[in-house]
Amino acid sequence: MSTTADVEIENYTVNFGPQHPAAHGVLRLVLEMDGEVIDRVDPHIGLLHRGTEKLIEYKTYLQAVPYFDRLDYVSPMNQEQAFAIAVERLLGIEPPPRAKYIRMLFCELTRILNHIMNIASYAMDVGAMTPFLWTFEEREKLMEFYDAVCGARMHAAYVRPGGVSLDMPAGLPERIRAWAEKFPKVIDDLEGLLTENRIFKQRVVDIGRVSAAEAIAWGFTGPNLRASGVPWDLRKAQPYDGYDEIDFDIAIGKNGDCYDRYLVRVEEMRQSIRIIMQCLEKMPTGPVRVNDRKIMSPPRAEMKSSMEALIHHFKLYTEGYKVPAGEVYAAVEAPKGEFGVYIVSDGTNRPYRCRIRAPGFIHLQGMDFMLRGHMLPDVPAVLGSIDIVFGEVDR
Amino acid sequence: MTTSPDTLETLRELGSYIASALPNDVLDTAVSGGELAVRVHRASIVKVLTHLRDDSNCQFDQLIDICGVDYPDAEERFEIVYHLLSMKQNQRLRVKLTADEDTPVPSVCAVFPCANWLEREVWDMYGVFFSDHPDLRRILTDYGFDGHPLRKDFPLTGYVEVRYDEERKRVIYEPVKLTQDFRNFDFLSPWEGLRAALPGDEKATGAKP
Repeated sequence: MSTTADVEIENYTVNFGPQHPAAHGVLRLVLEMDGEVIDRVDPHIGLLHRGTEKLIEYKTYLQAVPYFDRLDYVSPMNQEQAFAIAVERLLGIEPPPRAKYIRMLFCELTRILNHIMNIASYAMDVGAMTPFLWTFEEREKLMEFYDAVCGARMHAAYVRPGGVSLDMPAGLPERIRAWAEKFPKVIDDLEGLLTENRIFKQRVVDIGRVSAAEAIAWGFTGPNLRASGVPWDLRKAQPYDGYDEIDFDIAIGKNGDCYDRYLVRVEEMRQSIRIIMQCLEKMPTGPVRVNDRKIMSPPRAEMKSSMEALIHHFKLYTEGYKVPAGEVYAAVEAPKGEFGVYIVSDGTNRPYRCRIRAPGFIHLQGMDFMLRGHMLPDVPAVLGSIDIVFGEVDR
Repeated sequence: MTTSPDTLETLRELGSYIASALPNDVLDTAVSGGELAVRVHRASIVKVLTHLRDDSNCQFDQLIDICGVDYPDAEERFEIVYHLLSMKQNQRLRVKLTADEDTPVPSVCAVFPCANWLEREVWDMYGVFFSDHPDLRRILTDYGFDGHPLRKDFPLTGYVEVRYDEERKRVIYEPVKLTQDFRNFDFLSPWEGLRAALPGDEKATGAKP
């Protein structure tokens, strides 16, 4: 005869997603629950898998650029930059100084674009509606800068191997400066809503704590690593483009919980404003593309009168350029962490293999150890705090 | 980006240090394009990565990436590439080994926990089996997917496509139908690639017929 004490209560599984507003896209989590406490998290990813790496093997190096916009679609230019740096290193070329500064300027704008998107949607996941509405206005202004420089609001295809596609239009630096002067006020307002907000803090402080050793072992990079107190930033440690000429600080956290990850991102936005101001200050004049007709096409005006320029243009946009055989791994500090591109070239006009190292993929893997022993409502808090976008997780 | 001679020298020293510390496991080391690559025996990967992580001169404490590359003509067609990062030394390292469809590669999950998903991805994309992996399932492809998409002999279009069938009220799988064949242009120009002598070439060199 069994008494109630003998009845085994089995763990049950809860399905989260794939269509869930707090899943930031298409994520299916299978949660093994012990009552309301999480025992195991099994993320099922790949619902947005488009085979980017396979597609790039069938495209020329220039045709591969737009795929990088579509990986992490809230921070497009940083990823183009990683690809551009990788190809430039294989080709043995260096973009002109003005191109480097424009890249830095726009990559920092993109970092702000990413962080306000993350903070706002993260705040909405844990119950705060207003930041989402306020920051989308700022996102709109930033996308207008994107629009001005490349004609697209999101999928820019602007940073290309050998420089950038076009110079900035007249008046844009002044507009960016005017915006950057006002933006710290927006960060203050945002912080006023969240940083000392009692409800927000109850949801995020001490949730999803990651120690520095755990963060390193689990391959965390970017703000998630820095929130655990590791002062590691590729812009400082392995400077690319012109970051060694720029003065800025690395924001680090102390506890590695969801709250620190939020604070690190807020501080990074302030540092980005500093970098943007310095870029505008120091912006060199001169060309924005390498002066090599075998890699970047000639100016449009020249094509009207020069047969050779026309042939170069035609060859570049059909056949593309051949890249010397070899392999290279180039990494940049994307807003979400280390974004790396590993290219194996066999000397033809198409990459033999293009591996994309997406930070989100590694961070999402950490969900399991971060959430064990937490409650079900902590899932969106942790998920929001590690800044996941499925474009890059699933590739 | 050019690499300074000092950096290259440091990389060469690091390479020879690794080769001397693990003489039976390392096949060769090479510095190219400012990056150090170490080729190792497949069976020694766990030992090598543990050493690289724990040795005080290496301290490669972060596994950045694991990926596969397919060379269908090679004896062992797959190359597995591990990218490591040492934050303390500010150094990157590439470790490589080869495998084929049948030979398992020892899993490094016990050394670096983040290898778990990365190895699952290599298994999914290339079909390289990892022994001692705690949970080797497919990760990115569909439930019940057949084949390994990043292999060079897997077609770009794949084999099946899905659509919603109105009559059966569910999503169905069908063989891929293309209205136009996939066009793969050969850009390796015959004019630049031609090395054989053409009839009549001897006239240019002045040889009398």
